[in-house]
Amino acid sequence: MATKPIATTRSATTIPTGRLAIWWVLASEVVIFGGLLASYIMHRLGHPEFGDYASHTNTYIGAVNTFVLLTSSYFAVRAHNEAEHGRGKAAAKWLYLTCLGAVMFLCIKSFEWHHEISEGFTITKNAFWSFYYLAAGLHACHVIGGGIIMLIIAEDAKKNKELQRVELIGIYWHFVDVVWIFLFPLLYIAK
Amino acid sequence: MSAEAKHDATTAGADPHEHDHIKHYTKIYVTLLVLFGISVLGPVVGSAVGSKALVLITAFGIALVKAYLVCAHFMHLNIEKRYIGYLLTTTVVFMFLFYAGVSPDVMEHRGRNWENVAAQQETLRAQREHALHPEGHGEGVPAEEH
Repeated sequence: MATKPIATTRSATTIPTGRLAIWWVLASEVVIFGGLLASYIMHRLGHPEFGDYASHTNTYIGAVNTFVLLTSSYFAVRAHNEAEHGRGKAAAKWLYLTCLGAVMFLCIKSFEWHHEISEGFTITKNAFWSFYYLAAGLHACHVIGGGIIMLIIAEDAKKNKELQRVELIGIYWHFVDVVWIFLFPLLYIAK
Repeated sequence: MSAEAKHDATTAGADPHEHDHIKHYTKIYVTLLVLFGISVLGPVVGSAVGSKALVLITAFGIALVKAYLVCAHFMHLNIEKRYIGYLLTTTVVFMFLFYAGVSPDVMEHRGRNWENVAAQQETLRAQREHALHPEGHGEGVPAEEH
């Protein structure tokens, strides 16, 4: 029988260690994204010109990406449901669909950024665009990281291995969705 | 049939409440989509009728509701141990403390004994630029060059 490190099997708080760890990761992420968004909000309120700059972001592209992330979040929770019932193959299928959402999100984002940069709205244009690229870029990095980890977990899930990890990547993915839920109105709607 | 497929087939439908769970997740997803539709259309209607309150409520109020639904029902925070709730609440409180401490210096451009000249100039420059190019992108020339 394969042995596991004690850290993966104990649960001092009665919460499984893996799940506790992912919540601690997310707690640190709340501070990272929270600090960034709080800084953006105070600048947005202190600089009325941000409204004019924001009018150049494309609401429809942002809306499509919101739809894509909400849908991928639904796929992630379906993957968790399948994993909970021990159906690794089905869980992997839903995880692949979630990954497809991540890829779609990134393709749309690339198209959007290409268009904005070619219009002259670069990261050095002004404070609004600096915030825009930093916040959306940091979020996109999380999408890339989450997508890669999800593929690794899906490969294991297919063999009915480490199915508890499906829930953990799901929790992370929902957090990425929640961050976008706030970025969307801040960067695309408040003009 | 492979061992995994057999396992999948034998465990399928084993939980009598499973269908309810799927129904519940689908219901939450549909609710999120409806709220998403409102959060896109609301600000358009709000801007058309000139109601800032409608824009703020439909954009940010609904974002809060959507975030709550995802956290509670997809991340299962509603049934998670309290420890996690306390952990996340602490980080959110730190975020508000940061905002409360820093925002007066950022949102205001002058105080009793201080003045943020760079921020004032940048706002003036942007206003001038907007007056010259109301629909355009402007030149984006830094304030000190004027």
